Amino acid sequence: MNAPEKLTLKDFATDQEVRWCPGCGDYAILKCVQRLMPELGVTRENTVFVSGIGCSSRFPYYMNTYGFHTIHGRAPAIATGVKLANPELDVWLVTGDGDGLSIGGNHMLHVLRRNIDLQILLFNNEIYGLTKGQYSPTSQLGTRSPSTPDGSVDMPLNPCSFALGSGARFVARTIDTDTKHMTPLLRRAHEHKGASFIEIYQNCPVYNDGIFDYVKDKKTAAETRLVVEHGKPLLFGADRQKGLRLNAQTLSFEVVTLGEDGVTEGDIMVHDETNKSLAQMLAELKTPDYPEAIGVLYCRPEQSYVDSVYQQIGTVRAKKGIADLNLLLREGHTWQVE
Amino acid sequence: MSVVESIPVREDPTPSSSSAVVRFAGDSGDGMQLTGSNFTQATALYGNDLATFPDFPAEIRAPAGATFGVSAFQIYFGADEVTTAGDDLDVLVVMNPAALITNLKDLLEGGLIIADKDAFTNRNLARAGYTTNPLEDGSLDAYRLISIDITKQVIASVEPFGLSHKFAVRCKNMWTLGLVMWLFDRDKQTTIDNLNAKFAVKQDIAKANIAALNAGNSFAETAELPSGIEVYKIQKADVLPGLYRNTTGSEAMALGLIAGGQLANIPLTFASYPITPASSLLHTLSAHKEFDVVTFQAEDEIAAVCAAIGASFAGSLGITSSSGPGISLKGEAISLACATELPLVVVNTQRGGPSTGLPTKTEQSDLYQALYGRHADTTLPVLASSTPGDCFDVAIEAVRLATKFSTPVLLLSDGYLANASEPWIIPDLNDYQDFHVVHETNPEGFTPANRDEDTLARVWAKPGTPGLEHRIGGIEKDFETGDISYDSDNHQKMTAVRKAKIDGIDRFIPEQAVSQGGTQGELVVVGWGSTFGAIHQAVKQCRASGSDVSHIHIRYLLPFPANLGELLEGYKKVLVTEMNTGQLVEVLKSKFLIEMQQLNKTSGQPFKIREIMDAIHSLLGED
Repeated sequence: MNAPEKLTLKDFATDQEVRWCPGCGDYAILKCVQRLMPELGVTRENTVFVSGIGCSSRFPYYMNTYGFHTIHGRAPAIATGVKLANPELDVWLVTGDGDGLSIGGNHMLHVLRRNIDLQILLFNNEIYGLTKGQYSPTSQLGTRSPSTPDGSVDMPLNPCSFALGSGARFVARTIDTDTKHMTPLLRRAHEHKGASFIEIYQNCPVYNDGIFDYVKDKKTAAETRLVVEHGKPLLFGADRQKGLRLNAQTLSFEVVTLGEDGVTEGDIMVHDETNKSLAQMLAELKTPDYPEAIGVLYCRPEQSYVDSVYQQIGTVRAKKGIADLNLLLREGHTWQVE
Repeated sequence: MSVVESIPVREDPTPSSSSAVVRFAGDSGDGMQLTGSNFTQATALYGNDLATFPDFPAEIRAPAGATFGVSAFQIYFGADEVTTAGDDLDVLVVMNPAALITNLKDLLEGGLIIADKDAFTNRNLARAGYTTNPLEDGSLDAYRLISIDITKQVIASVEPFGLSHKFAVRCKNMWTLGLVMWLFDRDKQTTIDNLNAKFAVKQDIAKANIAALNAGNSFAETAELPSGIEVYKIQKADVLPGLYRNTTGSEAMALGLIAGGQLANIPLTFASYPITPASSLLHTLSAHKEFDVVTFQAEDEIAAVCAAIGASFAGSLGITSSSGPGISLKGEAISLACATELPLVVVNTQRGGPSTGLPTKTEQSDLYQALYGRHADTTLPVLASSTPGDCFDVAIEAVRLATKFSTPVLLLSDGYLANASEPWIIPDLNDYQDFHVVHETNPEGFTPANRDEDTLARVWAKPGTPGLEHRIGGIEKDFETGDISYDSDNHQKMTAVRKAKIDGIDRFIPEQAVSQGGTQGELVVVGWGSTFGAIHQAVKQCRASGSDVSHIHIRYLLPFPANLGELLEGYKKVLVTEMNTGQLVEVLKSKFLIEMQQLNKTSGQPFKIREIMDAIHSLLGED
């Protein structure tokens, strides 16, 4: 055996011209993933990128691994089939808010519920890009778009809440251009055995430009971002003087300032990523009332569906012994005609 | 002592000694299917040829006594070759008035009715729509009637086992079976073995059922039946020598898929979503994890086909299965498999439609869907199985074509085939030619667009293979490189090569054979799928009485065998017989520009032999 050659970012990039619009948040995510792959120590041949339809779903064409650009919304089902056939493969699923939460919402629910061992990257730009700018299931109320010229009237879906509600065992959120935050997050997602769901706030410069500026702009980010880390207090603000305190009476968070009204760090809620109730509360935090949580909101591993399936198969095979179809055909009542 | 109410005198008390058709009918909770399958086993062991037709309602447990809840099991057995479940009944066993009123029309005049008179209560009579009791009002005078207080008899026979009234009455079907077994001289032992196995952990239930079976049998034997009712002597059939078992189409299909996987030397991933009457395939395969098959009950029809496609991409053979409405949902994904040229087997166990239609009944109305029911130019091979046993071979053939040509294959079965059973010469896997799949492993000159020169099949390189990393997807791909291409000439070329690949399959399948009769003549009856048995018998009987008629049964519906057009031109008249409004006939006419006649039925019931014979005689000008 030769020692595996050390791969670089270039080894994971294809020769295909990247066709996203200039300034699209997808570029930053692609670079981040391409750079991360060699660090993960994975091989190109065992890595598979599966996607649905939409801007985000072009992703596999740019990854020099195995890849399958499938049909709208169905990537979770296709990825499930890939894992069922070969659990050894390292499968990434790339989807968007329309693909993964509208047309493919049902499959997303079930792939999370079954805890299929995948890294699921959901690029949330709150708009349909490839079909030219219609509002999506995550668009804010009142979004004006070609299909909602007077503003959208339906309530948006919160992807992380959806994932938690679906039974996901790993739920995280990050921001397209924040490579420093995204890289370790993706590494953790990759380490996690089971479905790892990552919502990525992603800017669409053409149809929904700047919707995440409030968390990206250096001037406001400190006030609008709550970077959560397991075991650490939920602090934010320019000098990390603000924090979230749990009001046990209302079962909700209060934004408090250290040193004001006798508030000390001991009053601040400490993040426990194994606490699902806390994760739900963090997922729901929205500006302007609260900062928005990024980081690993929830991580509580459980055996994946595919592992259980193969465990069951192993048990049956151990019990039944070597399978012989000719014997099976002759099982039960048979009779000889001379 | 019971009383046998009325036995009209009949001049010829023994029906045709060469065959008999018996139907058991009762409430869906009366255990008629179990009764039928046990009688079938005993009949097979007796040495008759046979065919069965379970006919059950969509409701799982309809209200007791309701006409829409009647469940029936029909068996046709005899000394001659039997290929259908029979046209008319010689014996009708009815467990209540609803079963009588819904089934009487199929009983031959002079046929035998065995009825549980205890179930003919005022309430049940009213529920079935009778104003007077037909067992007593003379309305059944055209038939022979054995009216027995079966419920009372059963309760008496199982009394020693101390069952509750509810459980005691449930042994009614075994009591009745015991009686019918006496009538046809069948051996009870397999049923006793089955009961002991089924109720291994509930010995009292097993014993009670066996006691009921024996009691029914003794009841008949100890001459409590009046003269005129004698043991039917059905001669043993002269069938091909070999080792036999009974099989339903869905069992044979499941075993055939496993066999196909073994012959292809490839693991199977079977992904499906429950739908009547296709679910039994999922059930059967899920119970055989010892073979190289992973089963997956998906969240919906679309996920099922997509998981199968994902499995094929990963190097296994993906298989999905459904009935018509589910196949509709899978359409877009099947086109993805066409575009990406991945192997896939799609089984459609057709049912009466449209929409929910008649989910437990049979029809062949999804042929157009199989041939054309997707967006864009997505041609794919379509196969149909014709008998329960044939499902085994056609499943193997579907696996062969899917893997050889890297294409989705649509395999058509139907509700009748799936549930009907027939004796089957057990195949020996060693007699089948294998067709091992070889995944690409050589990076030299590799592109995902590479094709086999002969078959035009796209190369199958699976993830995990070093040096063959590549991307596929629904966007059109360059003919040479496999990269995304929006080039217009390239799309024309790709469309053409995908079509040429499928059209060219006719070089790799057998020529169309004539299953009965000459290769030319006055008339040929053309069929496909489960109409085989009825057409076969009709043509056989017409030929025996001198008609110049042949039978062609088409397994390969797309592409057609290369000789089919020429073959059809050899007959003066062509009669296309289908359980739909005329789909194959339109395809054949447009393809071969030959004038054709058609015979169609869409009642949810299989053709009767007589219906096809009538059409043959009419077309030949015979009376």
